[in-house]
Amino acid sequence: MISRRGFLKYGASALATSGLITTTSGKIFAAAGSGSKDTRWAFLIDTHKCTGCGLCVKACKLENEVPMEANATRTWVERYVIKHDGEVVADSPHAGIDGYTRNDPQGREIPESDIAKSYFVPKLCNQCEKPACVQVCPVGATYQTADGVVLVDRTWCIGCGYCIMACPYGARFFHPVFRVAEKCNWCYHRITKGMDTACVEACSFGARMVGNIMDPNDPLTKIIKTERVSLLKEEYGTSPMAYYIGLDTLVR
Amino acid sequence: MDIASVAQHGMEIHGEAWTVKELFVYPNEFVVWSIQIVMYPYMTGLVAGAFVLSSLYHVFGQKELEKIATFSLAFSFCLLPVAMMPLQLHLQQPFRGTNVFFTPHFTSAIAAFGIVFTTYAFIVASEIWFVYRKFFIDEARRLKGASGLDGIRCMIYNILTLGAYDLSTDALETDHKAAKYLAGVGVPVAAFLHGYAGFIFGSVKANALWMTPLMPVIFIMSAIVSGIALCMLTYICLLEISLIKASVGKGKSENIKSQVRAAQRETIRLTRKYLLMFLVAAISLELLDLIFRGYTAVKSWDILRSVIYERDFNLIFVMQYGLGNLVPFILLLLPRISVKRTVVALVLVMFGVFMMRWNVVIGGQSFSLTFSGFMHYHLPIIPHNWETVKEGLVGALAVIATPYILLVGLNFIIPVVPHFEEKPE
Amino acid sequence: MKNHVYRPLFLVIAFVVAVLIAREIVVPEDFGTHEAGYMYGWHRKGNEQEWKDFKVKYQGKDYCKLCHQDKVDKISQTPHVIINCENCHGPAVKMARVDGKIHWKNPTYTKHGEDTFENHIDRTREQCLRCHAKLPYKGSGREWVRGINNTEHNPDMECVMCHNPHSPGFG
Ligand code: HEC
Ligand code: HEC
Ligand code: HEC
Ligand code: HEC
Repeated sequence: MISRRGFLKYGASALATSGLITTTSGKIFAAAGSGSKDTRWAFLIDTHKCTGCGLCVKACKLENEVPMEANATRTWVERYVIKHDGEVVADSPHAGIDGYTRNDPQGREIPESDIAKSYFVPKLCNQCEKPACVQVCPVGATYQTADGVVLVDRTWCIGCGYCIMACPYGARFFHPVFRVAEKCNWCYHRITKGMDTACVEACSFGARMVGNIMDPNDPLTKIIKTERVSLLKEEYGTSPMAYYIGLDTLVR
Repeated sequence: MDIASVAQHGMEIHGEAWTVKELFVYPNEFVVWSIQIVMYPYMTGLVAGAFVLSSLYHVFGQKELEKIATFSLAFSFCLLPVAMMPLQLHLQQPFRGTNVFFTPHFTSAIAAFGIVFTTYAFIVASEIWFVYRKFFIDEARRLKGASGLDGIRCMIYNILTLGAYDLSTDALETDHKAAKYLAGVGVPVAAFLHGYAGFIFGSVKANALWMTPLMPVIFIMSAIVSGIALCMLTYICLLEISLIKASVGKGKSENIKSQVRAAQRETIRLTRKYLLMFLVAAISLELLDLIFRGYTAVKSWDILRSVIYERDFNLIFVMQYGLGNLVPFILLLLPRISVKRTVVALVLVMFGVFMMRWNVVIGGQSFSLTFSGFMHYHLPIIPHNWETVKEGLVGALAVIATPYILLVGLNFIIPVVPHFEEKPE
Repeated sequence: MKNHVYRPLFLVIAFVVAVLIAREIVVPEDFGTHEAGYMYGWHRKGNEQEWKDFKVKYQGKDYCKLCHQDKVDKISQTPHVIINCENCHGPAVKMARVDGKIHWKNPTYTKHGEDTFENHIDRTREQCLRCHAKLPYKGSGREWVRGINNTEHNPDMECVMCHNPHSPGFG
């Protein structure tokens, strides 16, 4: 029945993909060019460039119909202020949707002379190669597409919240209107039409980039190939596909 | 974030109503798994524990346990639907719950739960059927031709016989064997059912507190503890009720009274040792887990330590281990145990296991995935919308009350409440 | 009546059959294991298309250029060239001249959101401060943008009273 065939198939496909986009085995770039897929979406975030204006968050909410005043979001911007004494003051008030217009991390004013370094870190779903959230969905309401994006079937989700608990990145939440699991899907309706995601479009500083890592001529692929990139929370073994430039170890 | 202001808007994210965040927490994080998910392993635990107790008699032939075992079987049947109830109340789309049967995704620990649970439910129901088949037939025959309420009961009994009216010694022998066999199969299934509930938590790799291979075993042990405790408690209380009945009733009640007292003492004497045994196992496993985490001290230990030893210290060490484990342990161990002392100890044991579930489920969500922030859970006591009804105190109490309502209902069909006849001295 | 032992089993079988029949009726035909395998690809195929058909709202600068060439040209001479028009004007879900009037419909999803986003010219100080509020965050992108102190730089006035957002400088 379903299960046996499913497991066999899964086994085969796991073998097929494991050599392709493994981030830990140093084989990232086997991904581009070789391999069976011709599209595998990937994301690139340059934290040096982010100004914390929050326009990406606003654009994302409008584009993807997540109510503006709802306290959850598909993408968000975090602020990290590290003091000379080593203290890390990080926050993301209202997901950074209104931009960071005051020096008030966690409601505290930190004098300029105390600040050793500081930066903004945009976050969004990592569209992991081995998504923990999909693995735990009991009904097959969330899944990975052939081009690597994890989607949620709003007509099939039972709303158990297991996927929300399973995501190490805090990318998922319950949609306040549809009452089913909701997550960033890299604007699947846009990227599949050759457009940029809404957040990439909204970013004035080029801090965000989306592209096809299987295409060696994609600007994103070129950057990931030639620059020093890193990933968030690799220890969970989910093989995230949102690459970062300038990621500090203090970033959570 | 201020709870009151959030409640005002319509666009409340699930979990927002009872979560207060502190320091650095991701924007989407809330206590998504709330009181009903505390109730869920608690109730499955009770089901499993009650069944194990009944099997001690049916399988392992602990003859002395006959009375309480028969009661436990019926009680575990009443608890069954209640194990599913918290899940239903928790789902954001309760009407789609059946999707779990239609398109199960077995890589999820929840997917097979429906199947394991149904299997288990059938085992318990069948066992009850075999145990009470003779009774059904007797009743059906006795009530034959009756009208009114008794007519309906007669019909129910006739349906319950499933058309098998054979009362030959052979047939009854088969019944007995089948019941024994089912009780035997039921024990591993019950253990599996509950270990599985533990696996649901233990396998969440994103949650530093939950992720441990010990979780299923810890869950099984504490399940048995709470199941035995609840059965003992309910049984002793039922005996107490028949005692009161005997006192107010007319006639020579002294005889019945002494019988009931004797039954209570018997029950306590016999079940106490099992309870203590499993209690020791449960506590050792939990301590092992704690020690192991402290010793290996991986990345998440900093935040776990601040949750376990600082923020939730009272919940874990005072209420769970102290009041819920140590105190009843001593109460049960001290010689010359009385009914009152046992009842106090049992209530505390139940409380201890509940606190353990709470500390796992809520405790596991009381720190952020950032490892540098916290979330506080405020159980909604006075509900202000449907969500805070079902995932608040009201919902939890409904879950607790349901098995007793079912027990009363079941008592109309099969004799669950122990009955004492006048016995010649 | 020998086999009365199997009666409960018949009930079980009946139940299983009922579930299987219900499954046949309820589960959409395209539900199954797809490209990503059973572990990651167990889903209803049609849902992929549903997501692809999701409405696109942000159109990009090239779209505005169709009718507002002047604005695009103007802004292109300034540092604000990097900002997408829709960041200050809202997503151009739909914009067309109907009966000589402009009907601009921004997505309005919520009761609260309606008034906030119907205004498709964001003239607030907050909008400019998103990038221009001076923050002492060395190492962040803010270093690049000339900041002003909100409480000192002509407070109580909209920035656009003095600065043309399409050509913010005075040079
Ligand atoms: C189909 C042609 C067309 C396109 C494409 C278009 N506009 Fe317009 N827009 C108009 C017309 C016509 C007016 C009315 C001009 C007038 O009244 O002077 C207008 C007016 C406006 C106004 C002023 C409205 C007001 O209330 O004063 C803004 C702002 C604007 N457009 C922004 C944009 C932006 C941003 C885009 C790109 C996303 C865009 N437009 C794309 C035709 C267009
Ligand atoms: C930094 C924010 C910002 C950006 C970026 C921006 N605008 Fe504007 N735009 C404004 C503001 C504010 C006004 C209102 C100006 C006023 O009231 O003086 C405006 C006015 C307009 C108007 C109508 C009023 C007029 O001056 O005729 C049009 C049309 C327009 N913008 C088009 C565009 C287009 C096209 C782009 C992209 C190339 C663009 N804007 C980019 C802020 C912006
Ligand atoms: C998305 C970020 C962003 C927003 C929003 C924004 N700006 Fe700018 N602005 C910039 C950047 C980047 C520069 C160029 C950097 C620099 O020269 O410091 C700039 C430059 C300027 C300058 C100096 C221009 C010059 O040539 O000297 C002024 C004045 C200005 N902006 C005003 C505004 C006003 C007024 C608004 C609100 C309508 C606004 N900006 C909104 C990013 C932004
Ligand atoms: C009363 C008119 C007025 C208002 C209102 C005003 N500005 Fe200015 N702004 C000026 C003038 C004049 C200058 C150029 C003189 C200077 O450098 O101080 C200037 C300079 C600037 C500069 C360039 C600073 C630099 O170091 O070169 C920025 C950026 C800027 N303004 C942003 C804003 C923003 C953002 C707002 C709204 C929050 C705003 N301004 C409101 C008049 C105004």
